[in-house]
Amino acid sequence: MKVPVSITVNGKQYDKMVEPRLLLVYFLREELALTGTHIGCDTSSCGACTIHLDGKALKSCTMLAVQANGKSVTTIEGMANGEELHPLQEGFHMEHGLQCGFCTPGMIMCAADMLKNNPNPSEEEIRHGLEGNFCRCTGYHNIVKSIQYAAKKMA
Amino acid sequence: MVPSKFAYHKPSTIKEAIELLTTHGDDSKILSGGHSLVPVLKLRLNDPEHIIDVSGIESMGGIRDNEKSITIGANSTHGEIAKNAALKEHAPMIALAASMIGDIQVRNFGTIGGSIAHADPAADWPAVLLAADANIVLTHAGGQREVDIDQFFKGLFMTAMGEEEIITAIRIPKTPFNKNSTYVKFPQPASRFALVGCAAAIANSDGYITEARVAFSGVSATPFRDSNVEKSLKGSVLNEDAIATATASVADDVSIMSDHFAAKKYRKHMAGVYARKALSALA
Amino acid sequence: MTYIGSSVKRVEDKRFITGQGRYTDDIVLPQMTYACMVRSPHAHAEIVNVDISHASQMDGVVKIFTGKDTDAAGIGGVPCGWQVDFKNGDTMKEPPHPLLVSDKARHAGDAIAMVIAETYAQAKDAAEMVIVEYNVLPAVTNSKIARADGAPQVHADVPNNLAFDWELGNPREEVDAAIAGAHHVTTLEFINQRVICNAIEPRSAIGHFDTAYDKYTLYTSTQNPHLIRLLMCAFVLGIPEHKVRVVGPDVGGGFGSKIFHYTEEALVIWGSNQIKRPIKWTAERSESFVTDAAGRDHITTAKMAFDKDGNILALSSDTFANMGAYLSTFAPAVPTYLHGTLLQGLYTTPLINVSVDAVFTNTTAVDAYRGAGRPEATYLLERLMDTAALEMGRDPAELRLQNFIAPFDGVEQEGYQTQVALQYDSGNYAPVLKRGLEMVGYEQFRADQKAAESTGKLLGIGFSTYVEACGIAPSAVVGALGARAGLFESAQVQVHPTGKVSVYSGSHSHGQGHETSFAQVVADKMGIPMEDVEIIHGDSDAVAFGMGTYGSRSLAVGGSAIVKSIEKVLEKGAKIAAHLLEASVDDLDYAEGKWTVRGTEKSVAFGDVSLTAYVPHNYPEGLEPGLDFSSFYDPANFTYPFGCHICIVEIDKESGVVKVKRFIAVDDVGNVINPMIVDGQIHGGLAQGIGQAFCEGAVYDESGQLVNGTYMDYVMPRADDLPSFEIDRTVTPCPHNPLGVKGAGEAGCIGATPAVVNAVMDALKGYGIHDVEMPVTSQKVWNIIHGG
Repeated sequence: MKVPVSITVNGKQYDKMVEPRLLLVYFLREELALTGTHIGCDTSSCGACTIHLDGKALKSCTMLAVQANGKSVTTIEGMANGEELHPLQEGFHMEHGLQCGFCTPGMIMCAADMLKNNPNPSEEEIRHGLEGNFCRCTGYHNIVKSIQYAAKKMA
Repeated sequence: MVPSKFAYHKPSTIKEAIELLTTHGDDSKILSGGHSLVPVLKLRLNDPEHIIDVSGIESMGGIRDNEKSITIGANSTHGEIAKNAALKEHAPMIALAASMIGDIQVRNFGTIGGSIAHADPAADWPAVLLAADANIVLTHAGGQREVDIDQFFKGLFMTAMGEEEIITAIRIPKTPFNKNSTYVKFPQPASRFALVGCAAAIANSDGYITEARVAFSGVSATPFRDSNVEKSLKGSVLNEDAIATATASVADDVSIMSDHFAAKKYRKHMAGVYARKALSALA
Repeated sequence: MTYIGSSVKRVEDKRFITGQGRYTDDIVLPQMTYACMVRSPHAHAEIVNVDISHASQMDGVVKIFTGKDTDAAGIGGVPCGWQVDFKNGDTMKEPPHPLLVSDKARHAGDAIAMVIAETYAQAKDAAEMVIVEYNVLPAVTNSKIARADGAPQVHADVPNNLAFDWELGNPREEVDAAIAGAHHVTTLEFINQRVICNAIEPRSAIGHFDTAYDKYTLYTSTQNPHLIRLLMCAFVLGIPEHKVRVVGPDVGGGFGSKIFHYTEEALVIWGSNQIKRPIKWTAERSESFVTDAAGRDHITTAKMAFDKDGNILALSSDTFANMGAYLSTFAPAVPTYLHGTLLQGLYTTPLINVSVDAVFTNTTAVDAYRGAGRPEATYLLERLMDTAALEMGRDPAELRLQNFIAPFDGVEQEGYQTQVALQYDSGNYAPVLKRGLEMVGYEQFRADQKAAESTGKLLGIGFSTYVEACGIAPSAVVGALGARAGLFESAQVQVHPTGKVSVYSGSHSHGQGHETSFAQVVADKMGIPMEDVEIIHGDSDAVAFGMGTYGSRSLAVGGSAIVKSIEKVLEKGAKIAAHLLEASVDDLDYAEGKWTVRGTEKSVAFGDVSLTAYVPHNYPEGLEPGLDFSSFYDPANFTYPFGCHICIVEIDKESGVVKVKRFIAVDDVGNVINPMIVDGQIHGGLAQGIGQAFCEGAVYDESGQLVNGTYMDYVMPRADDLPSFEIDRTVTPCPHNPLGVKGAGEAGCIGATPAVVNAVMDALKGYGIHDVEMPVTSQKVWNIIHGG
């Protein structure tokens, strides 16, 4: 039986009827067609589905859409300000922090939370802060540099 | 990655939650942050017919700094606990363990109540709560009871909770041993749960140990305090020799888990290594 | 304008960093249905009965297909694309790989039924209610055991589970005699364990039969759209090729695993015509673990013989190569022509013999994984080299330098003919090793290593020097070696009237940045801004033909095809320009986007020529209008990148924990178009190579179950497991392609693995051991240190 939810995503409120078992990531991808949030695993490990819920990084595969009822979501699609990229988006571009791009939205959303709590992280802190996000393309080398680029720019 | 169907309930009071639990009993599961339960639902390792979401119950949230204890609402996230000033001061191992759970995302939304109800023996909480002499506050239709942590973990994914009870809070006593405590972890490299998690809490008087609590996650199917280690430490001065003597017999009396990361022999050895690390940090 | 050689930022980035990448699972078609596969939980089991009666009645279920349906439709299964026959000339054993199995499951994950429903959740619910009755059989997962008498038979008509055996090089008797008479022989028996590719995007496929046009479209997460179309049409479903469009949208990494034609692709296409609606299937990660073709899985015994001065005299190797339950698309080539042919390495070894038994087991198929055969060859050689150095009391760097092939550029000096069929194009091996030693500070390291002994830590250094074969491949050569396809590449350069350029390439990026580096080549060669160039790839209706992206071939082969087309465009353009300038073609120079009459100021711009080509009012007589050329480029040879990787590890004696402290890589991939992208390719390859050495590897239990089939148990390297990489390069151009490029996609992964293991062995040299099995986990190291 479907139940109503009201979730604000990237500043816009959506009222939908959903099955209680619907995961938030499917709500975003299938109900709202916001496909920038990806699914890379089924064990809450890879972090490709990372979004922000009320400003905090969340693996959106690990929450039911009904749990997010009344709350506010930011996805990768909501990070840029019009044509102006978020410093992390810019950093990933400038430092070649992405190859296939599949993990990138989750990386950026996780890094945004990391920088909020630690605006000037060391390399070690960045690497540790990414422990919930897998990348198979970059060896993480340039992802670290991308986050350092953003941290510098945001300082 | 689709859970089986269930009905969803979101009570706003504990009373309401208990009523739902009483009505649906066996067929229901409590959900707080969902970071232990949702992964299980996604893989259909469990398929309850009713989910009772207690995250909206205000009285189950927050961390209260009382005179003799600190009460951690069951809905508190690992992240909140890691940052809490009172816990950092009075029971540093609690904040430290919280900071080592999962990753940023998991710490933001996973809750202590959900984690300990799940009772994964490789989770970080069991070791530190055992060492902390915590009490688990369980609420049922007739009222509340507090279970001593030593009586709480009963086996692999098993606890002393009754079917119609909810963990509403965790109480950490303000004691000298909690003030002088730490937690170290040897992570399983894939899941980063504990292959060995060791919490140690030591109270001293005039340089001699008056109380020692040393507990382990990840080593045995039931998290445990190691009484041999604790007895050996009591009355001695916490120095290299005392630590070596005490940790020589770590996990002698328990059945040790084994997997392809750590067979029994290695896991037992690492329990000793991490016990030494924890105790050395307090010396 | 010089785009070539500069680190131009990638043009494809914007869509990915803003969440607008379009991967297969992002695509939604009208009336789309969703498929969920019912898969065998058993590694080896007869299928007694499949009962779909209850499941068929469930909410939202559209149709359930079982093996009986695909059998009834006469569908034979997915084919193998490479034939390697037995030594005695017998034909390779090639049992069918059915889309849905009806008789027995041969690995855990074999598909038994496809449940199609209105939503994925409904399909999943119904799949759970398909009742399959099994007769569980004993399973075998180890290739050496499977090869032995009495082992469970994966296929009834394949005795001893032997798909084929194979041999290459000098006669074995000669090699054995040289080994027997040698001053020193180093012998290693080792396992190059199975690793799971783990592209972060799980595989996905959408089949759509459009009744209006009587045409199919397959959207699939593939490295290889045209080859999928060819295999599926010609060998699986018997659909006319012109009635199928295959689209590979954005692809979230592949590393080999998305080269191959998979059963699910054919199933959603076939099924979509049965139900007259589109069908989407997307793997859950747990499915990826048991259905994506895996990598490596060799069990090898190798011997290297030396004279008293340390010169290599001979090499022999015997390998059991695990094929899994079925032959995947390129599987037979991997342990043979991509492995045995590389055993010359960078050394002058005069006698080499390699033999391989390719064996079926009750496991998921094994095929190319980043490097494909060459990492296995490099591991074999480089473990032998470091071990030999240790045994003979020689410095591992010096022993290599002594045995290196002398420099050859392929122009002044001929290419180097190996003992194992290949002729290397160009190579200059000593400089990469010397540069590596300089970067690592070798002498200082040896001092630090000694000093560390008192601290409870062990330091170790490991070397790996490699040569590999990329730019696969001359079609006639691979055809002679058993390939059932050509390995050329095609490119169309379409100049629009306004002078803007669309390039259609048969290479298909899954993260490599083709849209940038190809555009750099086009813009430079045509003298126009990069913004005027668009690279189109991954759609069989747009691109005439293609052989896809793997084997580090995109620039070397696909890029060369583009250059060929550009040459044709400029040749025709010159004729038009000559006409407009009233000059002879021979008197024109082309530079910076215009043709100039030599020695004059008279010129005509590229855009004016292109406009004239499409508005041919004032036009050379007899010349066709238009400015649009296609080319097929078939390379003259493989390309042969090489390099030196050096790893430093620190081992904690008390816990056995291994930490990769430093990793130095000096690679020579020929000319470099975009250094930033090449560095990124190296980084990624290193992470995967290091991952195999210290944390990755499939673990099976007795019953054939993959024990670590989720990310909770399979260890993926994470950011905090790896150091920042220290990399550099030398440049030895490829002499036989127009760009001089060799390919960089796999180099990191090929060199890195043995460097890590050699470093661990160096750290543990006081413990009297000969080898340590990968992955080098803390438990294994602790057992060595503590005599466990």
